[in-house]
Amino acid sequence: MSSTPTTRLPLHDRHVAAGARFASFAGFEMPMWYSGIVDEHHAVRQAAGLFDVSHMGEVFVRGPGATAAVDRLVTNRCAALPVGKALYTAMCRPDGGIVDDLIVARLGEQEWLICVNAANRHKDANWIRAQIGGEAEVTDDSDAWAQLAIQGPKAVGIVQQVVGAGVVLPAPFHVAWAELAGVRVLLSRTGYTGEDGFEIYIPRDHAVPVFDALVAAGQPEGLKLAGLGCRDTLRLEARLALYGQDIDDSTTPVQAGLGWVVGWDKADFIGRDALLAERAAGPARVLRGFVLTEKGVMRHGYPIFDGERQVGEITSGSVAPTLGSVSIGLGYVEREVADREELLIGIRDRRVPATVTKKAFYSRPRVG
Amino acid sequence: MSIDRFTIPDTLRYTVEHEWADLSGDIATVGITDYAQDALGDVTYVELPAVGRQLAANETFGVVESVKTFSDLFAPVAGEVVEVNAEVVADPSVLNREPYGGAWLVKIRVSGGAEALLDAEGYKAHLAKIS
Repeated sequence: MSSTPTTRLPLHDRHVAAGARFASFAGFEMPMWYSGIVDEHHAVRQAAGLFDVSHMGEVFVRGPGATAAVDRLVTNRCAALPVGKALYTAMCRPDGGIVDDLIVARLGEQEWLICVNAANRHKDANWIRAQIGGEAEVTDDSDAWAQLAIQGPKAVGIVQQVVGAGVVLPAPFHVAWAELAGVRVLLSRTGYTGEDGFEIYIPRDHAVPVFDALVAAGQPEGLKLAGLGCRDTLRLEARLALYGQDIDDSTTPVQAGLGWVVGWDKADFIGRDALLAERAAGPARVLRGFVLTEKGVMRHGYPIFDGERQVGEITSGSVAPTLGSVSIGLGYVEREVADREELLIGIRDRRVPATVTKKAFYSRPRVG
Repeated sequence: MSIDRFTIPDTLRYTVEHEWADLSGDIATVGITDYAQDALGDVTYVELPAVGRQLAANETFGVVESVKTFSDLFAPVAGEVVEVNAEVVADPSVLNREPYGGAWLVKIRVSGGAEALLDAEGYKAHLAKIS
């Protein structure tokens, strides 16, 4: 347990009133669950869930050199990104290790929002300043913003109700300013659950009316408050990496299966040479998904075996409520065994077979 | 956190690891407490020992997995496992609904160790200390 004092979220009193169970995460007192992880998980898959993710960090990059600087900072190509577009990407060290995974959004010709992981906020802000601070103005504005994520098949309809029928909402991976419950917010059509929905950036002191309006409009649609617990099971089903578990400074996008966030033909970005070399040589280890074929639950740190030989380690493991509570996990294995159909997971004194997969465990049904 | 919201029956005995034991003759019926199921959250999987296994007091005899975490089960008493609850293995969510009723885990023929168990007041005092 950490002895670091924890920061309360701006909506803390609302969470208490809703019966939240709290736990410390990245220095914040976060709601873990309200009605229960499984119940909230199903609500997000079937209707909508409202998450307080105000712990996430917001770093702004502005000034005449901002776009060129961000383009060099992150692995994706973003100089050509239109204003109002967002993308998922990473920023790497020169050796290819992942400093953080990010959502970056182009707010203006020379204005960018970088959403960073809460646990990395200070590390990231220092890193960004050190790398591009001479070319653009870098502001860590995390303390000024609250953030709510509304996710699920009903999420877009609920937000539409609250902003009014006439307002055109941003398309997937786009952002737009909007007025919501009298507050000017940034709507970002992004998320971390595998569902459609928004991440809403709100000036911190105005989080309460926005929260209340979303709850009021959402509850008749089946919206539930959702905690960090189901955020983890939802993102794992959707095979979205968690920084600090599945990716960190010692892993690269090539190993993590994040080659798709790398602009390989981009002239320059931090880590480019190392990543190109690793891609050409083939990574020593790669991230794979695992589905346990027997009872039991995979957890972070459990060993992965090929027969008697340990070939890797589980980085994230849990149960998949959408898939009948089978246990799913992610983990790195040596490249030589990465294409096996089955490997063994060490669960206490047992070795339990798991099928190996490169795909998401869950993909939402697409309509239209 | 207030401990008042947890049910802690006076008729049972307890361990500091949050198991309960219902002592009747030489048989101890064993489960996990309301506090334990609340802390674990949604229970999804229970692993129990085979009938006939000899347990020392405080020995690990199984595991309860919730969505979020897992917890080892510790034997409140020494003795032989004479019965395991197949229903709770088949539907672990019963542990969240009725931790003292249908969700008993094992029955142990007691050979010792019962004198070290806490009574309800002792367990409440323990909870007040840790929560």
